[in-house]
Amino acid sequence: MIKTLLSGDLPRSRLLSGLLVLILATLAAAPLLFPGAQAINTAAKICVFVVLVASYDLLLGYTGIVSFAHTMFYGLGGYGVGLALYSWGPTWASALAGLTIALFAGLALAFLIGLFSLRVRAIFFAMVTLAVASAFAILAAQLSSFTGGEDGRSFRIPELLRADALIELPFVGPITGRTITYYVVFLSALASFLGALRIVNSPFGRVLQAIRENDFRAEALGYRTIFYRTSANCLAAGMAVFAGALNSLWFRYTGPDTTLSFAIMLDILLMVVIGGMGTMYGAVIGATLFIVAQNYLQKLMGAAAKSTEALPLLPHLLHPDRWLLWLGVLFVLSVYFFPTGIVGKLRQG
Amino acid sequence: MVEQDGATAAGGAPEPIPAHRADYLPILLVPLLAAVALPLIANPVTWITLTIAALAMGMMIFVIASGLTLVFGLMDVLNFGHGAFIAIGAYLAMTTLIPLADWIQADQLALNLAALGLAILVAMAGTSVIGWAFERVIIMPVYGQHLKQILITTGGLIVAEQLIHVFWGGDQKPMPLPTALRGAITIGDVAVEKYRLLAMVVGLAVFVAMLLVLNRTKLGLLVRAGVENREMVEALGYRIRRLFVAVFVAGSALAGLGGTLWALYRETLTAGIGSEVIVLVFIVIIIGGLGSIGGCFLASVLVAQVANYTGYLAPKVALASNILLMVIILMWRPQGLYAVVGR
Repeated sequence: MIKTLLSGDLPRSRLLSGLLVLILATLAAAPLLFPGAQAINTAAKICVFVVLVASYDLLLGYTGIVSFAHTMFYGLGGYGVGLALYSWGPTWASALAGLTIALFAGLALAFLIGLFSLRVRAIFFAMVTLAVASAFAILAAQLSSFTGGEDGRSFRIPELLRADALIELPFVGPITGRTITYYVVFLSALASFLGALRIVNSPFGRVLQAIRENDFRAEALGYRTIFYRTSANCLAAGMAVFAGALNSLWFRYTGPDTTLSFAIMLDILLMVVIGGMGTMYGAVIGATLFIVAQNYLQKLMGAAAKSTEALPLLPHLLHPDRWLLWLGVLFVLSVYFFPTGIVGKLRQG
Repeated sequence: MVEQDGATAAGGAPEPIPAHRADYLPILLVPLLAAVALPLIANPVTWITLTIAALAMGMMIFVIASGLTLVFGLMDVLNFGHGAFIAIGAYLAMTTLIPLADWIQADQLALNLAALGLAILVAMAGTSVIGWAFERVIIMPVYGQHLKQILITTGGLIVAEQLIHVFWGGDQKPMPLPTALRGAITIGDVAVEKYRLLAMVVGLAVFVAMLLVLNRTKLGLLVRAGVENREMVEALGYRIRRLFVAVFVAGSALAGLGGTLWALYRETLTAGIGSEVIVLVFIVIIIGGLGSIGGCFLASVLVAQVANYTGYLAPKVALASNILLMVIILMWRPQGLYAVVGR
């Protein structure tokens, strides 16, 4: 049963299995365990990013192509659902319509970008996606009458998801719309993750890995690499759109800083690399670790900056705004010394 | 840059080596684009101003992009951290100009240019040293691995950008133009900003110097040969690694120069200047054909033309129009305007 659910790709390490079960259990019980808003927000964010990072791993880790446009698809999903709910009213129908439109737009864009740039040389792809993504981010910020510009849009979600208290359960307390929203996000994330696991362990996924290892040989074996690369790109884009939609649904807000900025792209890269490229479980570990650290690291850095106030330069280096610096250093170091990430290390040991 | 016809006659006396067939078609794109823009803009004076602005901007982008495209052509290294050199160069120049405020404010062209020259020298020296270190520490361990190169150099870019915040602060800095270079020269109805002329002159000088070095010196011969076929140059006994380091350092210095010019053009400076320009630079080297200097030059002008014309006609879609230009050109020539042979 578990083997079928995980598509035969078991964690293959006792410690890793333990960690995964712990994360799954904590996320599943998060609304009951943590009453505070901050903790439940963190849990929802982890769910969203697991989907996003898993979809990026499909590209980077399994197919071996670097895309800088992943936040664009994430943003498409966020804006699709957000703007639909904003302009067509808070109903399920408009949310679904927004998601559908965003999915089609995302797939079409991914298909076009893939067809153009993957045909020539994989390295084109990184540059083309970077250019397209920044053009998209600028467009989203410029067309302010439609997208809300830099401020983004806040909107209301369907009735059921914002109810105060629906039913009173024994031991648990009132079930609010917020709790239901959380479970919608959590279960959708779980389903998409298992779906991604299914994809990478299918014959299709094997071909992707063959292309990553040696595209020339894969082509020689008779696989149309352009077809497989473009399909992988479309699949990853579709999943990212979905993650963006979940994010919108949870935060009831969509804007360029939370979905389209290059900083988010970097976060995704870091999560994939730290968790472990080429393993779906890496996405879970990477996303969880990163988001938990992100919430507490900045506080820690603030404290460290205060305590070193008297010294030259050091407080500037430790200023909470500079946490991207340390993430960057960590990123470079982990690509060098830690290319298989945490999951790779655990599986070795 | 130029297609080569390697056919030899079967039997008999060997035919003379066929001459290079020059490919002039892409050059026509520049006047074509200008001609298309004229009726859209309608006002010829505006059109001339925009075209001159485009040429100046194109030269600046070319200065930045030329190093990147050569580095790629020679060693198959795509440096996503190139933007960091742009920013660091601009900041170094700004720091140099602060104590030289008197020279800048004086209304004497010679003194102004001396201050600028000094600032540019410091910027170029600084970025070449940093470029050398960057090559050693960041890029050397990941030769031949595209995926890691992209990841590592992106990481390097982030770290460099954050270090600029640490050393210079994150706020927007003024980058004042020297007094003698402010304002415009009017010829008839057309006003040409003086600084744009200077940028154009500098960019053209870099282009000509680069062509001379590449086409008339032994070093240039080796670089061109290395772009075409690296192993062959190594087999002939030249250490292409040293050559590569030299090109990388030169490319970083040019990025420093370009960054200084760009910051003076904008008259303000933020740590994000590198990532801002690098998108245009990537579009340029893709359009031009990775590794081709001539293609890079043409593409810089084309991209700047599109940016300026659409910036006037429909400012909201300026960057998106450049993506459209890229798509059109790649549909015409999938390898860019001038494909480099052997890649």
